[in-house]
Parts: sequence; C-alpha cells; structure tokens
Amino acid sequence: MKRRKLDIGALPGATAKQLDDRFQVATPLRRLLNKVFPDHWSFLLGEIALFSFIILLLTGTFLTLFYDPSMREIEYEGSYTALRGVEMSAAYASSLDLSFDVRGGLIMRQMHHWAALLFMASIVVHMARVFFTGAFRKPREANWAIGLILFLLGFLAGFTGYSLPDDGLSGTGLRIASAIMLSIPVVGSWISSSVFGGEFPGHLIIGRFYIAHVLLIPGALLGLISAHLALVFKQKHTQWPGPMRTNSNVVGERMFPRYALKQGGFFMLVFGVVALMAGLFQINPIWLFGPYRAAEVSSASQPDWYVMFMDGLVRLMPAWQIDIPIGDGYVIPPLFWPAVVGLGALTTGPIFYPFIEARRYKDKKSHHLLQRPRDVPERTGVGAMALTFFVVATISGGNDVIADKFHISLNAMTWIGRIGLLVLPPLAYYLAVRICLGLQQHDREVLAHGVETGIIKRLPNGRFVEVHQPLGPVDEHGHPVPLDYAGWVVPKKMNRLGALGPAVRGFFYPIEKPAEAPTSPGMPPVQPREERKELTSGGQQ
Amino acid sequence: MTDVKHHGAHGAQDGDRPAVDLSDPTLTRFEIVREGARRDDIEIVTYESQFPHPGSKQEKRIERAIALLFILAGALAMAFLAVYIFWEWEFELGWTLSDYFTPLLGITLGFSLMCVGFAILAWAKKLLPHEISIQDRHEAMSTDEDRQITGQTMVYTVDELGVQRRPLLKGAVALGLAPLGLVAAAPLVGGLIRNPHKNETPEMYSTGFNPAFNNGQLVRLTREDGTPIRPDDVSVGGQMTVFPGIPHGATNEWADSPTLLIHLRSTDAEAARQANAGDPNEHNQDAMWGNYIAYSKICTHAGCPASLYEQQTNRLLCPCHQSQFLITDNARPIFGPASRRLPQLPITVDDEGFFVASSDYREAIGPDFWERP
Repeated sequence: MKRRKLDIGALPGATAKQLDDRFQVATPLRRLLNKVFPDHWSFLLGEIALFSFIILLLTGTFLTLFYDPSMREIEYEGSYTALRGVEMSAAYASSLDLSFDVRGGLIMRQMHHWAALLFMASIVVHMARVFFTGAFRKPREANWAIGLILFLLGFLAGFTGYSLPDDGLSGTGLRIASAIMLSIPVVGSWISSSVFGGEFPGHLIIGRFYIAHVLLIPGALLGLISAHLALVFKQKHTQWPGPMRTNSNVVGERMFPRYALKQGGFFMLVFGVVALMAGLFQINPIWLFGPYRAAEVSSASQPDWYVMFMDGLVRLMPAWQIDIPIGDGYVIPPLFWPAVVGLGALTTGPIFYPFIEARRYKDKKSHHLLQRPRDVPERTGVGAMALTFFVVATISGGNDVIADKFHISLNAMTWIGRIGLLVLPPLAYYLAVRICLGLQQHDREVLAHGVETGIIKRLPNGRFVEVHQPLGPVDEHGHPVPLDYAGWVVPKKMNRLGALGPAVRGFFYPIEKPAEAPTSPGMPPVQPREERKELTSGGQQ
Repeated sequence: MTDVKHHGAHGAQDGDRPAVDLSDPTLTRFEIVREGARRDDIEIVTYESQFPHPGSKQEKRIERAIALLFILAGALAMAFLAVYIFWEWEFELGWTLSDYFTPLLGITLGFSLMCVGFAILAWAKKLLPHEISIQDRHEAMSTDEDRQITGQTMVYTVDELGVQRRPLLKGAVALGLAPLGLVAAAPLVGGLIRNPHKNETPEMYSTGFNPAFNNGQLVRLTREDGTPIRPDDVSVGGQMTVFPGIPHGATNEWADSPTLLIHLRSTDAEAARQANAGDPNEHNQDAMWGNYIAYSKICTHAGCPASLYEQQTNRLLCPCHQSQFLITDNARPIFGPASRRLPQLPITVDDEGFFVASSDYREAIGPDFWERP
C-alpha cells in the first residue's frame, strides 16, 4: 500500500471542501463577504457604541475577578493610607484594592468607566443622527425602538455599575434611588422594601445590583444589540441620496476587503482612545469619597453625565405635593413626577415618534434614502426641542457647581432652569425651523441661478451685475436652466466646483501633480474660462 | 444560463448578462469575484487602484508609513509591558514614581492601539483600490400568495390541535398550566416581596431613637464614636450631627437616624419655640430643650443628608437637590423640590446631664411615600 503524498498547496482548498460538505457555508459566506455597505462618517457613531460595549465586556470581566459584592463591614487594611483602619463594606474595600493593590487594576477600572461614558454618549449622538436624518422611518421603526430600550438599559447598567463600589457618592445615589421607588403611588414602600430587602440600605442591595450589573442587564444588552445589528443586516443600511443611489439599491463598498478592514481599524482607534483617557484622566476617584455614611454628603454630588438630566429635572421640580384626603390621607410626593413619570416618558415616549410622523405625513412607504435635516423642518425642530430640553435638564443637574464657580445665586440657577426648561425648547423649535427653511431656500436659489462667483460685472449701460456660475446647462439667453433639488448637498462656493483646484498633496515635497479637473461624479466639471476673461478686462479698466 | 437564473432568483436584473463559465482557465480572480458579486445582485461599478501603476513612488511611501505605524505599535506595546513589569506601582503616600504608573500604561497602550488602528485604516483607505458597488436592496415583500400560505398553515395548526372543538382540553390546559406558571412566579414573588409594615415597631415610622430598641429606656444622643453629649458641648450658633446611643447607632444599620442638634441663639430659639407651639398638627410641641433643637438630617425629598447649615439665616440646605428648610419655622421647606418639613426630634436632658430623645420622631422621617400620613 502506497501512502499518498500530502500536497500542502491543496490543503486549504481540500479542508474548505470538507467543511462545506458538512456545513454548506459557501453560498451564505459569499453573500456575507460581498454585502455592500454605504459609507458616511455619521454611520460610524453607532459603531462607537458597539465598540465601547465590547471594551466594557472585556474590562468588566477583569474587574469581577477582584470585586467582592458584599456589604459585610470590615476594617480596611489595604495600601491607601488615608483610609486604613476605617470601617467599610467589603465591596468598597475590594474596589479600593482594585485601585491600589491590583497591578494595573486602576487603569482597568478607569477604562471600564470611560467606556461606559462613551457608550452612552455615542448612543445619544447616534440616536440624534438617526432622528435628524429620518433613518427611523418604515421599515426601521423596530430598530428605533430597540435603540431607545438600549439607552434605558445602558442607563440602568450605568447606575447599577457606579453603585457597586459602595463609596460615599454611590451610596448617596442609592439613597436617592430608594427615595424614587418610595415616591411611586400605592406600592412605593413595598417596592423599595422588596428591592433593598428591608429598610434602606439593608444588607442585600450590593449583591443584587451586582448580579443585575454583570448578568441580567448585560445579557439583555447583548441580546438587543444582536437584534439591532441583525435588523441592520437584514434591512440593509440606509444611505444618503446621491449619484446612482435610489431607494431600491445600496451604493457603497463590499464588506470585504475594504469595509471590514476599516471597521477593524476604527475599533482599534476607539479602544486606543479609551485606554488613553483611562490612563490620563481620572474618573470616579472613589478613595476620595470615603465609605458611604448616611449622615455624610458633600456638595457637588453629581451622577454620571447621562443621569444628570434626571437629577436636573428632580432639582427643577417645584414642591408640588398631591394630598389625597381619603382615610388617613395619602400623598404623591413631587419626586414622583420627574424621576418616575419623567424618566419613563422620556425613554419610552419617543418609541412612538416614527408612527406619529408617518401618520402626520400620511406616509406608508418604505424609506431607505436619508433626508437632510433641512428638508424636514418640523422634525428637525422637534429634535432641536428635545435636545434643548435635555441640555437644560443636564446643566441643571450641575447647577450647584455652576452657582459656586460663577458666583451665581443657587436659587437663581434653579429658577433659570425652571424657566429655561419651558421657554427654550419652543424657541429652539422656532429657530431650527426658520434656519431649515432658510437653508432650503438658498439651495433652491443656487440651483436656479448658479453659484455666486464674487465677480461684479459692469454692463455697457453702466449697471453692475454679479456673475453667477450655473450648475447645469444654460438656455439660449445664457440663463441657467433651473435644476431639481436631489436631496443632497448643493455646491455653493466656487472652490467646491474645483475652481481653485485641489491642494497639492505632500508635506515636504509634492507627491502628486495638481489634478486637471475635479472627478467627483456629484459635482460636474466647470469651464471657468469666460469668467477669467472678465477678470483681466476688469483689471485693465 | 439556468444556473445564473437560479442564483439570481430574487432579482430580475441579471437577465441580459451572459453566464460566466467558471471553468474557463483564462478567467482572472477578479472576474470570479465579480461573478460572485453578480450572483448576489451586486454590480461592482468601479474598482480602480489609487496609483497609476504598481510599485509607484506614492504607493511605496504609504507602505513605509504603514509599516512604521505597525512597528511603532509593537514598540509601544513592549513599552507597556516594560512599565507593567518594572515600574514601581504600589501606592505610597506623597509624590512618588508610582503616581505615573497608570498614566504611563494609558499612554503606551492607548498610542499602541491607535497606531494599529491608523495602520489598518491607512491600509484600507490608501492602499486598497477605490470601489463603488451597487447592491440591489431587495425589499422583496413576500407575495400575497406566500402570506396566505403561511397564514393558513398557522391557522391549520390551530385547527388540527382542535382547541376550539375540544373545550375539555382547553380547560384542562388552562388548569394545568396556570398553576405551573404560578409555581414559577412563587419563589420570586414570595421571596422578593417584602412587607415594609410587618415589624412590631414599624420600620417606616421608627428610628434608632425609639426606646423600644433600647430596652424601653430613653435613647441618648451620641457622637459618631458613641459618646453622649452635654448641652455645654454645643456652642451657641453651633450644630452637631448626633446618632442614637444604641449599639451600631452610628452605622448604616440606622441609616434613618442621623440627626442635627443645633444650639440656637436666644432670639432664634424664641421664634422656633413659638413656631413649635403653633404647629398645626402638634408634632413639634415641647420638642425643644432650652435653646436646643434637633431635626432629622435625612432630607424629606430624596433622603440625602440635609447637612449644610447656614447659621445667619437659620436655613438647612440639602446639597443633592438644593431643598432649603427654615429651622426657626418647624423646618418648613422654603425653596427647592422638597414639599415636607424635616421632622423634629423631641429632646430633653436626663438625670446625668446628657441629651436624650424624649421619644422617637413623632412623624415618619426621610423621603415621602404614599401611605405616610
């Protein structure tokens, strides 16, 4: 019997064949490799959230190896001298150990925290992108809803997470959370008692928050993120209007080689920025806050940034208590409105926006082309209103710090916030709508008359006229034929038409020759010869 | 031809294009790739190199830059390891080299990762050919027929089970599954839900100053270290955080008990006494001892310690949400989101001259809740 010689060159092919015999992956894999993705910088905002989530999983797993979710009171004996001998919970002591007695533990903790802040920030910015460009329209309403739930889950993940170190600041946060639960009508005291396993703080809450933070919430996040991405995959990404782009195609790059490579590079970039921030910028220095004591708090107690809007709303809420004179009397404390109703409404209400808008415009079609914010002034106005509300509420969440640093009365800051919360959003709506209409009008103007060249021509009869560069063909009188608006950027300056020529590349020496003419398919080449003549003749006069 | 049609079954645009014979040895690899793309209804419209010819000067230059980035990434990663292993890292008080441990880790790791990121990005964006591909979106709605078939299949399944025709089964299933569902919920509901009002001394309405927790004796006001307090210990205009004088009274076991003991100036004390006497629900009557007054430190808004005492205006400010309470008027909330006054602790001085609480708080302390009144 002769042994067949192993052909190394044919090995990959043979292995692949054997694999495909068993799993039939060739066709679906080809589809995946070939899938076309449209490209635009604004499509990367959601990626930042995804990448931050991966960083959170990696660093979070490391943290669990050292963290002790226990409220047992122990005496701290670690290397942070200022707290040595202090009675504290084992959770706080192990968090301190992570910062001081685990080699490289501090940077892991700070990476985890920075990645969490970045996660929430990129969710918010991504959501704004989706909103302002109308990417939530049919058929993507479900993904919009999932996105909002992801924000709410991220909010809860963040809150449970920063409660875990059990330091002075996070204990105060827990105390407020308990008060928020207590404020719920009818069942409030039962909810708080059940969650905390008794009266605040009890002995269970850290352990319960721990399992919520490391298993339940991340599990839900992971599931919903998968669904979010699967839907993006299935429904294919939206794209901006442009040459060749229609509602029924996707114009871009195939996933392999270029698109996937760019994603990989971008992930490394996000990872790098988080690592850099974690090393250089201190975040949540729990050792300065000390262990939680019910009688101690310092001013400038601020939560993480994405919770500040709620804290701000709580601060601005007037002391309107509702008394219900039945029996011994019942009460709905003012805290209930901003913290329970407000948070609930602000995170779930927008889920219905796509349906409301479709109903208003009587729009039942599927949309895969994005809209420029200026083209839908009302939606842009609503978005500006929401953002203004969020910003005023967030700033009010730190109004004591602002009052302190800028020497403004604290009460004045509260009143500024109260009035601002009511007055500024409508104002933002009005301004946004006006700006949108103005931009729309200017787009139409340029399409009808051409780009302003800045050249003033004197006619034989002494009149002065400004020379416009038409964007398209002209009629027999030399007047531009009006062009239709295509939903995409209208070039408004001569150098956008290539009139000034592109800058020459190369830092020390030119590595390329100036291009003969602009090549972008969206911007037709121009022949600026006539205008040049005008210029020289103008110079001789 | 039939083969191509088969693969492009969901798209109609590939009818007029000749089939590619994949066994043709003259086919380039790109042509095979393009054929694959076509079978997925993708048309590669442009795919052009960014360089005039292979091995051009620009290409070499970019290649060198990318190589440099990768090498830099490796060097920085080595630096990270070196710092991690050799740098002094254990915390010491004062200004030491170990202060730079975390920043150095961040700088080396961060820049290393960023170098890799930029290298990959440059590879993709500068070296790979520019591409425009168009894929058919195929929002291929299921046909009405398909929808009908699926719908009928589902209804058929229900029909076959015959739940409509077999009411006995319907009832039996309900009777069988509902209890099972309750079984699943029972440990959660039974274990988790806790009645806040079940204790003999109701926890929502009592604090560590309740004599029931002190064998019926009046509870002393103590400092954090447990030492009792004489009236002389608090100067006029001064204040002190006090705790119930019971075991663990100053710990989080009694998180609802921290109290602020204030020694008012005589004019303010007079005003406070009058306000106490005029208290509509009579909770605060005779609660002061001399010019001393004690209020719960737990804010009635969200439970933070309302601990910033403004001596001149006799206000207490909670730093969490800026509720302000007027000490000389039953700690009435005068600004901010709090709607309820701070409960007052009735105090007196015992035989040995130490402060004691003459009873527990006469109203619930801390954040408001539904059944509080």
